[in-house]
Amino acid sequence: MQKEGQVRIPSGCAIAGIFSRTGTRMDGSGIIRSISTMHDRSNGLGGGFAGYGIYPESKDYYALHIFYNNSSAKAECESFLDRHFDIINLSKIPTRKIPAITDEPLIWRYFVTPLPTRLQASQLDEREFVARSLFRVNTRIEGAHVFSSGKNMGVFKAVGFPEDVGAFYRLEEYEGHCWTAHGRYPTNTPGWWGGAHPFAMLDYSVVHNGEISSYDANRRYIEMFGYKCTLLTDTEVITYIIDYLHRKVGLTLREVARVIAAPFWSSIAGLPEEEQAWVSYLRKSFGSLLVTGPFSILLGFDRGMMVLGDRLKLRSMVVAEKGSMVYAASEECAIRVLEPNVDRIWAPGAGEPVIVTLDGGDA
Amino acid sequence: MKRIYVSEKWCLGCHLCEYYCAFANSGSDDMAKALMNRRINPRIQVEERGGISFAVSCRHCEEPLCVKSCITGALSSEGGLITIDKNRCVACHTCVLVCPYGTIMPSDDGMMQKCELCLKNTIGEPACVKYCPNRAIIYEDSDVPAAAR
Amino acid sequence: MQMLYPEYEVVRNPQRCITCRVCERQCANEVHVYDEELDTMRSYEEHCVACHRCVSLCPTKALKIVKTDHTFRTNANWTGEVIGEIYRQAESGGVLLSSMGTPKDYPVYFDKMLINASQVTNPSIDPLREPMETRTFLGRKTVRVERGPDGRLIDNTAPQLTLSVPVMFSAMSYGSISYNAHESLARAARELGIFYNTGEGGLHSDFYQYGANTIIQVASGRFGVHKDYLNAGAAVEIKMGQGAKPGIGGHLPGEKIVGDIAKTRMIPEGSDAISPAPHHDIYSIEDLRQLVYSLKEATEYKKPVIVKIAAVHNVPAIASGIARSGADIIAIDGFRGGTGAAPTRIRDNVGIPIELALASVDQRLRDEGIRNDVSIVVGGSIRNSADIVKAVALGADAVYVATSALLALGCHLCRTCQLGKCNWGIATQRPVLVKRLNPDVGFKRLVNLVTAWRHEIMEMMGGMGINSIEALRGNRLMLRGVGLNEKELSILGIQHAGE
Repeated sequence: MQKEGQVRIPSGCAIAGIFSRTGTRMDGSGIIRSISTMHDRSNGLGGGFAGYGIYPESKDYYALHIFYNNSSAKAECESFLDRHFDIINLSKIPTRKIPAITDEPLIWRYFVTPLPTRLQASQLDEREFVARSLFRVNTRIEGAHVFSSGKNMGVFKAVGFPEDVGAFYRLEEYEGHCWTAHGRYPTNTPGWWGGAHPFAMLDYSVVHNGEISSYDANRRYIEMFGYKCTLLTDTEVITYIIDYLHRKVGLTLREVARVIAAPFWSSIAGLPEEEQAWVSYLRKSFGSLLVTGPFSILLGFDRGMMVLGDRLKLRSMVVAEKGSMVYAASEECAIRVLEPNVDRIWAPGAGEPVIVTLDGGDA
Repeated sequence: MKRIYVSEKWCLGCHLCEYYCAFANSGSDDMAKALMNRRINPRIQVEERGGISFAVSCRHCEEPLCVKSCITGALSSEGGLITIDKNRCVACHTCVLVCPYGTIMPSDDGMMQKCELCLKNTIGEPACVKYCPNRAIIYEDSDVPAAAR
Repeated sequence: MQMLYPEYEVVRNPQRCITCRVCERQCANEVHVYDEELDTMRSYEEHCVACHRCVSLCPTKALKIVKTDHTFRTNANWTGEVIGEIYRQAESGGVLLSSMGTPKDYPVYFDKMLINASQVTNPSIDPLREPMETRTFLGRKTVRVERGPDGRLIDNTAPQLTLSVPVMFSAMSYGSISYNAHESLARAARELGIFYNTGEGGLHSDFYQYGANTIIQVASGRFGVHKDYLNAGAAVEIKMGQGAKPGIGGHLPGEKIVGDIAKTRMIPEGSDAISPAPHHDIYSIEDLRQLVYSLKEATEYKKPVIVKIAAVHNVPAIASGIARSGADIIAIDGFRGGTGAAPTRIRDNVGIPIELALASVDQRLRDEGIRNDVSIVVGGSIRNSADIVKAVALGADAVYVATSALLALGCHLCRTCQLGKCNWGIATQRPVLVKRLNPDVGFKRLVNLVTAWRHEIMEMMGGMGINSIEALRGNRLMLRGVGLNEKELSILGIQHAGE
């Protein structure tokens, strides 16, 4: 049977997210409780979490989380990292043995910073250098898969139900101001650890519920810009689209949302003239990055989180506020279990982004 | 009132209107059966000379000389449509003489016939219009027909 | 001596013929004759081109045209067609001429690709209940984000053509087709919110009013090209080649250069209009760049420039060169594309299928990271909405249709346009024949056709769960091949059905 990356696998899902606008740090137990209420939306073939603000002591270094199939892949990868990065620290990611999680790969964490000479020689900016290096690991080193690479953030994922994955990774021992979670329901795969969500690249992490119909149009477009879609998952391509538009092209996340979940021309015609101009400009210019088909995503990024659903609202998504806390989930129960008395709860409109940041500014 | 307008610009001189007219007023449900081995006597007729052609049928005049001159009252105008009651026609040919367009003619039974817009036969709409292959004959309610615009 | 028996026979049902003589009046080839003595119709079948004008107008369905069963001794190699061509050339000493696209039995890849639909994991979308967008922009999309002082994005997109549906009527010159055919195309393009193309014969002054929906063409003969002409349309197309006759120019005989056609082409009446095979100012890619920019200068950089080429063996490399020449749109014409006249041997043996050309060009431009610099428009036998959906999924931004449009106007593909006696008033300049195409009828039929196609495109998109055409563009995962070998699949960039 072919695994992720050799074949495209559609899947349904549950997603949840918590964000503290004041930067209050929470341990991982809350997000586990939240996602576990939606147990039936996943089938045990993938679960995962992303935590932001979890490595304050090492916040200036890229935290690489890597799966290895075997020690030779590890040796090869480490030799590559050694040639390109200054490795500040490395360790096994602490896990706990539980019966529900089996067949785990070697799971390692590295705090790194690019070697100045290498970085300079590459003529790339630092983040692009890191991104390209990690593409090389994931595409060229058999058996090695970098699944988290941002600063002061980390992704934890595995094959299993999300609550078991959370326990496996001992998430109660991490504290962050933002958490997102994912429970997966893939339709035709035994599941692969690398294929679980969140999918992350640099500081961006995406959890996604849906199956997009524009996949190959998006993939073939984004691959023109140096990305290589190795997993063939929606989440991967959406992450690259966001990275491209936000980091490389320089659009704001609100503008990115207008590209990915572009309003219909009939709606654009009804916008105020000024807005009409820039929204049409984005549609004309980035049409191939329009994502169609059902999706709702939670994007984690440096100091913020974005909630976005598709242009027809074909996947559920509920957002709530309580004081400085913001919650988002596929189902309301996943919010109520953490905060029964919310100040405000609503389902964002089709294609309407909800963006929250630490300082309250735009992103 | 809806009228038939013809356009020599688009008339191909194919004469199909004449055949469809003859068929529409034949009472038959099969054109081959109705018109085979017969010289047709249609109520619309294509005039042609020097490369110009157009079909001519009753104009349904607002002040119809035929109705005025009919000695038996066989011709009458109702709501703009001019019809002929063959039971009252005595074949005096006065209408044929006075019609400035030459669109009233003797039928095969000797009484006069004219275009009644197919409203009295089973077609129910002008067959010449329906079957003109080039929209050279149109049936519309307009002071300035589209074809002449 | 007559070496050849007529190819087609007229079958007249005596039990249905009413000798109305419409066949006789409507046949410019003088196949039908009324015999007064016998009061019957007779046929001169050697003149028949199987255009079906008589069949279509016969009010009693008394006529049909059949291929003759007269035959040579059966021979799979020396077929009747091959033998006949030799007799004709032995007689004439000339190059065989043909019209419209090749009738040869080459593989039609569109018919070997199947379209996907959503089931369970992802909902299909009902275009009758949900918005379904087919609006398409053609032109350079390369983006360099600029912001005003207030931080707002500035619209700095290169000039674009906006289409309501990704279909355009491709180039057919005034001269090769009639005034009424042009008027039908122009009015339909305006009504539909798409574009038609002047072809290389210039633009009749009556049609400047449709300029906003007109692509004006500059071909090797430069007929009818002047500053006002260049600025009359919405885009300028440089015609480098034509799918039906790659590497070959054009020749409109002097007898068709009459009246307004001579005036529109800006050449004397009765003179042959010869389009050279190459543009004599373009012997290489850098020359093309100069013409592209000359035309942009002449049109003040307000109009996209299209470069149209025939699909030939190294089309990906050529397209790459064009994309780097400053052109905004590349039009590729496959070898099954139509023509008013082409040497038969060229038409039937030169060029490659559009599906393969499109797939390889789209991939090549993506590999080089320059797919955004140009839009791709493909033509060369786009026959229906499924062909369009497949072309877009392979990577086309839009399609060009001409044969389909002519069929909508009445053409029956008798493939004798070169004779100038088109009974349907399309490929002719004889006034009595031209008037057979009433643009009031013709334009409506074109509008109907494209409207019907648009509905079907939306149905297929909805089935795939796609509600905007840009999400279909290049979405090859939506296609699967049937009965294709590994090589064909790899060129098309699709998987086999079942994979």
